[in-house]
Amino acid sequence: MKIGAPKEIFEGEARVAMTPDSAKLLQKLGHSCVIETGAGEKAGFSDKAYEDAGVEVVKTAAALFKAADIIVKVRGPEPKEAKMLGEGQTLISFFWPAQNEKLLEQMKKQGTTAIAMDMVPRISRAQKMDALSSMANIAGYRAVIEAGNNFGRFFTGQVTAAGKVPPAKVLVVGAGVAGLAAIGTATSLGAITYAFDVRPEVAEQIESMGAQFVYLEFDASELPDGAATGGYAAPSTPEFQAKQLAKFRELAPDIDIVITTALIPGRPAPKLWTKDMVEMMKPGSVIVDLAAERGGNCDLTVMDQKVVTDNGVTIVGYTDFPSRMAAQASTLYSNNIRHMLADLTPGKDGVINHNMEDDVIRGATVAHQGEITFPPPPPKVAAIAVQKPKEKAKELTPEEKRAKEVAAFKAQTRNQVGLLAVGGGLLLLAGMFTPASFMAHFIVFVLACYVGFQVIWNVSHSLHTPLMAVTNAISSIIILGALLQIGSGSWLVIVLASLSVFMAGINIFGGFMVTRRMLAMFQKS
Amino acid sequence: MEYGFTTAAYVVAAVLFIQSLGGLSGQESAKRAVWYGIAGMALAVLATVIGPGAGNWVLSLLMIAAGGAIGWVVAQRVQMTEMPQLVAAMHSLVGLAAVFIGYNAHIEAAFVAATPEDQRHALEGFAAILAHKTAVELTILRVEVFLGVFIGAVTFTGSVIAYGKLAGKVDGKANKLPGGHILNAAAAIGSVLMLVVYLQTASAMALIVMTLLAFFIGYHLIMGIGGADMPVVVSMLNSYSGWAAAAIGFSLSNDLLIVVGALVGSSGAILSYIMCKAMNRSFISVILGGFGGTTGPAMEISGEQIAIDTEGVAAALNEADSIIIIPGYGMAVAQAQQAVSELTRKLRAKGKNVRFAIHPVAGRLPGHMNVLLAEAKVPYDIVLEMDEINEDFPSTDVAIVIGSNDIVNPAAQEDPNSPIAGMPVLECWKAKQVFVSKRGQGTGYSGIENPLFYKDNTRMFYGDAKKSLDALLPMID
Repeated sequence: MKIGAPKEIFEGEARVAMTPDSAKLLQKLGHSCVIETGAGEKAGFSDKAYEDAGVEVVKTAAALFKAADIIVKVRGPEPKEAKMLGEGQTLISFFWPAQNEKLLEQMKKQGTTAIAMDMVPRISRAQKMDALSSMANIAGYRAVIEAGNNFGRFFTGQVTAAGKVPPAKVLVVGAGVAGLAAIGTATSLGAITYAFDVRPEVAEQIESMGAQFVYLEFDASELPDGAATGGYAAPSTPEFQAKQLAKFRELAPDIDIVITTALIPGRPAPKLWTKDMVEMMKPGSVIVDLAAERGGNCDLTVMDQKVVTDNGVTIVGYTDFPSRMAAQASTLYSNNIRHMLADLTPGKDGVINHNMEDDVIRGATVAHQGEITFPPPPPKVAAIAVQKPKEKAKELTPEEKRAKEVAAFKAQTRNQVGLLAVGGGLLLLAGMFTPASFMAHFIVFVLACYVGFQVIWNVSHSLHTPLMAVTNAISSIIILGALLQIGSGSWLVIVLASLSVFMAGINIFGGFMVTRRMLAMFQKS
Repeated sequence: MEYGFTTAAYVVAAVLFIQSLGGLSGQESAKRAVWYGIAGMALAVLATVIGPGAGNWVLSLLMIAAGGAIGWVVAQRVQMTEMPQLVAAMHSLVGLAAVFIGYNAHIEAAFVAATPEDQRHALEGFAAILAHKTAVELTILRVEVFLGVFIGAVTFTGSVIAYGKLAGKVDGKANKLPGGHILNAAAAIGSVLMLVVYLQTASAMALIVMTLLAFFIGYHLIMGIGGADMPVVVSMLNSYSGWAAAAIGFSLSNDLLIVVGALVGSSGAILSYIMCKAMNRSFISVILGGFGGTTGPAMEISGEQIAIDTEGVAAALNEADSIIIIPGYGMAVAQAQQAVSELTRKLRAKGKNVRFAIHPVAGRLPGHMNVLLAEAKVPYDIVLEMDEINEDFPSTDVAIVIGSNDIVNPAAQEDPNSPIAGMPVLECWKAKQVFVSKRGQGTGYSGIENPLFYKDNTRMFYGDAKKSLDALLPMID
């Protein structure tokens, strides 16, 4: 199949859906690649680089749409592009089918297969083609950089000859992919980072990134179980929201940089950072609203613009963060596309097998063979396992610990005394019925067993094979019995005894030698 | 020589043996410990040959020399992968020797009994000891002889079968005659009956019948146990050979035999216990063979096994900082330990943290993997036990599973209905990436599907372990 990537014509879009690297890997799958001239220019990939990677470069978009069987794009098709798609062609791009019903209808009419990268199910197998996540990651990173660009101070605290610099305090609201990326970037720049999310179970992830989780004081039963809706937070209860806003109000005067990433699928973004909070913030503070496209988490956000409030707080409402890092975004996005194509080409022979039984392919396909296939049936695999908040082990007070130790000690004593009493009793009982000569040997036997148990428990696990070989060798001590009998008068005894001596001899030498050989091999690095 | 000298020598020998076992607690002290064992054995044999009761020492020395020469040659030639077979074979020798010595004790006892009262003082050696025994002591002697022969005989056939299975000369699968364990139970009851007969009549016939029954038990018991349970079987036989020696020691009134028999017996018992614990199975269920029944349908496994080529593995290894290798019996079968060692050397030379995780039942003998890796010159301080390393998997970049299956099966933790539920396993799936080197898509010994192979971070590296690794080696740079 021929895979083509046109130049993005959406205003300000700098990304491209195919890079020279991804093209090479696509060719390994048996496909051939074609690209519109200048498509990768804004992302830093020259036509020459594509040509070197074996990609055919065509002059116009029209030629490309004609030549390619599969069109890969970043943004959904503009009307001009949509018209050029024909029957049997496949489009892979962001699509937002729920918001673009007309476009979907058009795909159906034209018989085009459309695969929406934003509809890839959020199951772990599909993570490699989850473009939403890879783009969110970039957005989170870029949000911190953008904030730093508008923030007049250091992130990290320093003590210099010229004076002390306090560290910046960053609050990240919403710990999805973008939020976590923002946390990672902010902490690695040295800022003191706080993070909030309505799902208490992500606290662990937040803390692992080096930020502090902002807890709301709540009864556990009141918390919503956000994980049930595929990894996104469900709208919270009114009490919860009130609590959350109160917490933010408490934090606002202290925070230098706020990065909000809260989104709820299919709804406008929740208003989390109200006007009064903005007014409470210090002059020079920065708010980066990653939810600007959906109305913004902050009351004062203006989409696609940077505004400065009267009290000197900068609010960044850009929506094109990934495009602002076009080289990185294109690399990741083209990899997502390539993974999708790899799943579509199971035979690695350049033949597309559009398997509608496959959860991932089925989920992402919104139009296929003149049918609208959106919305998809729920995936067969549960999205992300619902996590129960971990119960923390109760801290024991010193008295309780002490009591526990005493109890354990008592139980142990009882066990040992019990065993000793039973064992001793049995031994005494045996002693009453057996002659002294037997008991003398028996005591030796019992003591030897005891010593054996004590000694063997200390043997290192890695030396178990040598242990077996050496016990084997010394169990040939049975040779003593044969040696004592070999002097007998009966020929049968002599034959049997000498055979025993012979066999035990094999064992003694074999066992010890092989043990020695093995032990000599154990070497320290 | 005085009798006291022999006893003194025995005491020293016993201490030396205990030292030799105790020294195995560390790799360095073990190298010294084996010499204690050798010295103890030399002292014990010497003291016995020149001590009272022994005669015919020329024949003794000849036999020791002949046996020793064979043992020496075998020990020098044996491959480390063949250790399980060797150990099993050696157990069978101890078992057979115990049977012979027990028979001798019986013959001597019969001979003494036949000698008229007034001539008994003229008897020499072992017979002289017998002559001084009272009636009760003689009864006890018969029980001891009987026990010694019984345990020896079970050990003998059991070890022969274990040897056959380990060496691949007998089908490794669990095989039972129709009737299964009822046959064993019948044979055991028969043996008890023979004991009663023997105590009453001291007839040689009863002893011989019992021996045959014990031979059958040993044969049938081990035939019914499959390949991966062999670590338990071999350590159990190890234990039996010790108990046989102890029983013979009782019948010969020889304390050194008793001490050493008890040491070996308890050592084998502890090993069996450790192995059983590592499989989360009771000793009885291992001996009865087969895996326990399930309590419900097994968890469904979703996903697919995704294969990877050598380049992919090499790229991941070149990027990884910490690597854990999990070897299993498959590595021994493919003789891949040298390639593994070479891979380890190369990766370590690049400053990567390479370690090995050893499950207690990996391989066919307790500690088998450690010996194989040691032979291939993998330093022992990077070869770690399950408990030492299991917590490190989440911070590991790449885990490589070579020829193991059940010991890395996450079903043991995730699926309460799995037959191996609760068995401690190496949690390699927590590593960022897992490569499984495996010949094909089959299941392990237990016949249970392994969900590990279907995990998202698992890639299957199909092919013979040695060939795959040899292909991989030049790509690590």
